[in-house]
Amino acid sequence: MRLRCPLCGERDRREFSYKGAAVALDRPATEDWSAEWDDYLHNRANPAGETRDLWQHAAGCGAWLVVTRDTVTHAVTEVALARDAARGKGAA
Amino acid sequence: MAELRATTPCAGLLPLRAGAMWLEEVDPGRITSLMPGPGQAGALDAALHAAHGVGWPDPGTAHLGDGAAVIWTGMDQAMLVGPAPEPALAEAAALTDQSDAWAVVDLSGEDGPEALARLVPVDLRAHVFAEGATARTLLGHMSVSITRTGPERLRIMAFRSMAGTLVHELQTAMERVAARRGLETGAPDG
Ligand SMILES: [Zn+2]
Repeated sequence: MRLRCPLCGERDRREFSYKGAAVALDRPATEDWSAEWDDYLHNRANPAGETRDLWQHAAGCGAWLVVTRDTVTHAVTEVALARDAARGKGAA
Repeated sequence: MAELRATTPCAGLLPLRAGAMWLEEVDPGRITSLMPGPGQAGALDAALHAAHGVGWPDPGTAHLGDGAAVIWTGMDQAMLVGPAPEPALAEAAALTDQSDAWAVVDLSGEDGPEALARLVPVDLRAHVFAEGATARTLLGHMSVSITRTGPERLRIMAFRSMAGTLVHELQTAMERVAARRGLETGAPDG
């Protein structure tokens, strides 16, 4: 498996470490407990199909990445800097 | 009073040769990590040019000047190698002295990339990884920075605490490539 880091180019899987669903970028705006917080902290989808995960290019540039891939075909369709993905949502 | 003598990270281990490959330790001078603040890369580039005659590098590139080099080492990070940093750089970037934190070696000879192909998951051949190209990657299990500084010369930086492992891994790979060359040509290796 190879991932195309936006900074480093295509690299071997062993340079990356996996965190989990990219839902971690979607922190609810409110501080009060809600169903949103429940989803954010605990509930994860396990899709047969497209999924968005956070990976870190730990043995490369160090950047956190959002990787969009298909769990059925194993196709990787997008690798973006998590920083850009988070800013795209209006987060600082 | 105790007399303290500085030793280099690879003291007693280098230089060494295998076939047509040479591995030697490099005294890099000062090493300073540069991390520009948000939106400060342009200002840092200008300050670097004014003070050291080299610019802020794009990802995967190194600017190799006469006295100073700037080697990209990660997202929003590069190392100034050679001179002490001009204090003005601190207006655009966070500076950290890392001079004693790295073991720096040069692997030279045509077969260098062949030896590294056994250890590093990046294609380092000259037609792919040209002079001025740099990569943060793995050498075995170690995190390293590798830069092509010449047609047949690769500069490898590893954490100082890993110097012994770095040399051991490289020596093993170099000797095996040299042995294979010896079989191919029928010439004795070494
Ligand atoms: Zn990267």
